[in-house]
Amino acid sequence: MLGYTSYYFGRKKAYTIQSTNKRLTALPQFYGYYLAIWCAIPAFIIYSLWAIFEPTIVKLLILSDYANQGYLDDELNLIYEKTKALSRGQFTGEVTSLIQTSSEKYLNLRSIAQSSKVVIVLCIIIASVAYAYKRISSNNRTREPVEKFFNAVLFTASLAAILTTVGIVFSLIFQTIDFFKVIPLFDFVFGTHWYPAKAFVRDSSEALDPTMYSDTFGAVPIFAGTFFIAFIAMCVAIPIGLMSGIYLAEYASYKVRQYAKPLIEILAGIPTVVYGFFAALTVGPFLKDIGTAMGLEVSAESALAAGGVMGIMIIPFISSLSDDVITSVPQSLRDGSYAMGATKSETIKKVIFPAALPGIVGSILLGVSRAIGETMIVVMASGLAANLTLNPLESTSTITAQIVVILIGDQAFGDPKTQAAFALGMSLFIVTLCLNIVALRVVKKYREKYE
Amino acid sequence: MRKNGVNMIKISAKNVDVFYGKKQALFNINLDIEENQVTALIGPSGCGKSTFLRCLNRMNDVIDICKVQGEIVINDFNINDKGCDVVRLREKIGMVFQKPNPFPKTLYENISYGPTIHGMAQSKQEMDEIVETSLKKAALWEEVKDRLHEPGTGLSGGQQQRLCIARAISVQPEVILMDEPCSALDPIATAQIEELIDELKKEHTIIIVTHSMAQAARVSQRTGFFHLGELIEHGSTDKIFKNPDNIKTQDYITGRFG
Repeated sequence: MLGYTSYYFGRKKAYTIQSTNKRLTALPQFYGYYLAIWCAIPAFIIYSLWAIFEPTIVKLLILSDYANQGYLDDELNLIYEKTKALSRGQFTGEVTSLIQTSSEKYLNLRSIAQSSKVVIVLCIIIASVAYAYKRISSNNRTREPVEKFFNAVLFTASLAAILTTVGIVFSLIFQTIDFFKVIPLFDFVFGTHWYPAKAFVRDSSEALDPTMYSDTFGAVPIFAGTFFIAFIAMCVAIPIGLMSGIYLAEYASYKVRQYAKPLIEILAGIPTVVYGFFAALTVGPFLKDIGTAMGLEVSAESALAAGGVMGIMIIPFISSLSDDVITSVPQSLRDGSYAMGATKSETIKKVIFPAALPGIVGSILLGVSRAIGETMIVVMASGLAANLTLNPLESTSTITAQIVVILIGDQAFGDPKTQAAFALGMSLFIVTLCLNIVALRVVKKYREKYE
Repeated sequence: MRKNGVNMIKISAKNVDVFYGKKQALFNINLDIEENQVTALIGPSGCGKSTFLRCLNRMNDVIDICKVQGEIVINDFNINDKGCDVVRLREKIGMVFQKPNPFPKTLYENISYGPTIHGMAQSKQEMDEIVETSLKKAALWEEVKDRLHEPGTGLSGGQQQRLCIARAISVQPEVILMDEPCSALDPIATAQIEELIDELKKEHTIIIVTHSMAQAARVSQRTGFFHLGELIEHGSTDKIFKNPDNIKTQDYITGRFG
């Protein structure tokens, strides 16, 4: 509100100057923004500094009374916490006079701080606005500082996004390194037994014994499970997605396309949890029944159910992306082919498909990276036992599902079991990163070809 | 086929109307195209000359809302009949477009595309021959014979357009339709294409849509002038350019409008 008021004043003064027939160096709004920024920024900085330092200072002031009475640091902290609790009315223990007095003092200090904060911030707003207001004159530049300010805001926003990413990656890396200090990389990458539950039974007072884990964190079964389920998913998604994409782009009339495309895109909007219980409660038992009827032994939580449903989830990605890619193949190529006497299917097979291939490959790779990163469907429909198997009717597990298993419930930091989650996350990250990079490269290359 | 002076009539359009949705684009066009001659269709933009050209190989089928009425008789056969096989028709009537549109394949595959889909070559050797003769006829062989397996999109604009002409003649069409084939090319490439057109008319009947009056005068023997969807006047190029009957034709040719 204050910001808006100062904007208004700034603009008004600028109009006044303008009306006295002096030329301004910027539009009146800029003077308004200029003033609003001067109003907000210094006050905001002071306010945040205050908020950061206030508790510390209050604590120091209260505890200074007891500083020389021979209390230990821990006891001082306890007194302070009790004081705070009492002043909030949440104290349940015995109220001693010491705590009573310090609590009163605490409340007193807080109210002083509160009002002085308001006063100071207001003063600063008035001072800085007054300063900026005085600086508004016909030859003072305001456009540059305002533009610089917006530049800085946008820069900060993108910096925040980048820093968060970097932070996540680094925490992944450090935890992964810690994990590999206990579990040899070789065992992780080539071991074929994955029983992280074994790490539970360790008595925490015992020293860490790496040999104990030698066949606990072998990630081969879950890597294999991940790729296997992703493979099943792509077996479903690629043919259906691609064909529906081609149909939509080339054959469907305008009307059909108008309705079919949004319908397919609805599939993309279904939450994966819903897909998950669809797989676990509908598809899984259904497959089991069919299998039993055919005399096959099918686990209720089979890789086939998870992979198949995951494939359905990915269909809209592939269909919609390949539709876009095919539609963007220039009409002139189609005309050229038709003019040679080619039929529609010949044109699609020999001209359009090869021309669109890089884009289609890109969409498939994006689909694969989604399949690998998918969690809920696997957790719900394919079980959590990390079997090393290539039988689609048995249950397997994936990287993401294992991370869920490891991190559900209480866990201790620095425990190899927890760190195993980071190691898995790291490997997942590397795989999907590579896939995405390759996919984006391919798509970009395709774009360049036609622009 | 009837006799008309010296030349045979190759294509004969009778009462052709074309509609785009509700809008009529061509009104009652009657035009005879003579065999082994170059016929130029001229007229201001949007006059329907390209639409007429696309009627001749039924390329308008590709556009959903486009409807063609009337008779277009080629070799005593009305191509607007239901029984007409569009694939055979387009084999007989090739087309070159305004913008060079080579397929994103190698030069060789660009040429062999038509012969392959029409099953014209029994062996690799025959195909090699077709590719070579087509490129030679399109005056491109000498420039590209060492790089037949490089992508066709890597050629210059003029070369690409000659590649498209080579692609069109690879299936030995009787008629070649050209829709402003030089509008995207520089004068030198244009001159090469015009020379080529002159050469090709010995074996093919050529219909060319062009915006350049000078080009029409240079390459064609017959000219038709379209205006607002109607065929205003047609006849020998000499007559149209030197002594047109219709005042509109004269105005257009002398650059007073359009």
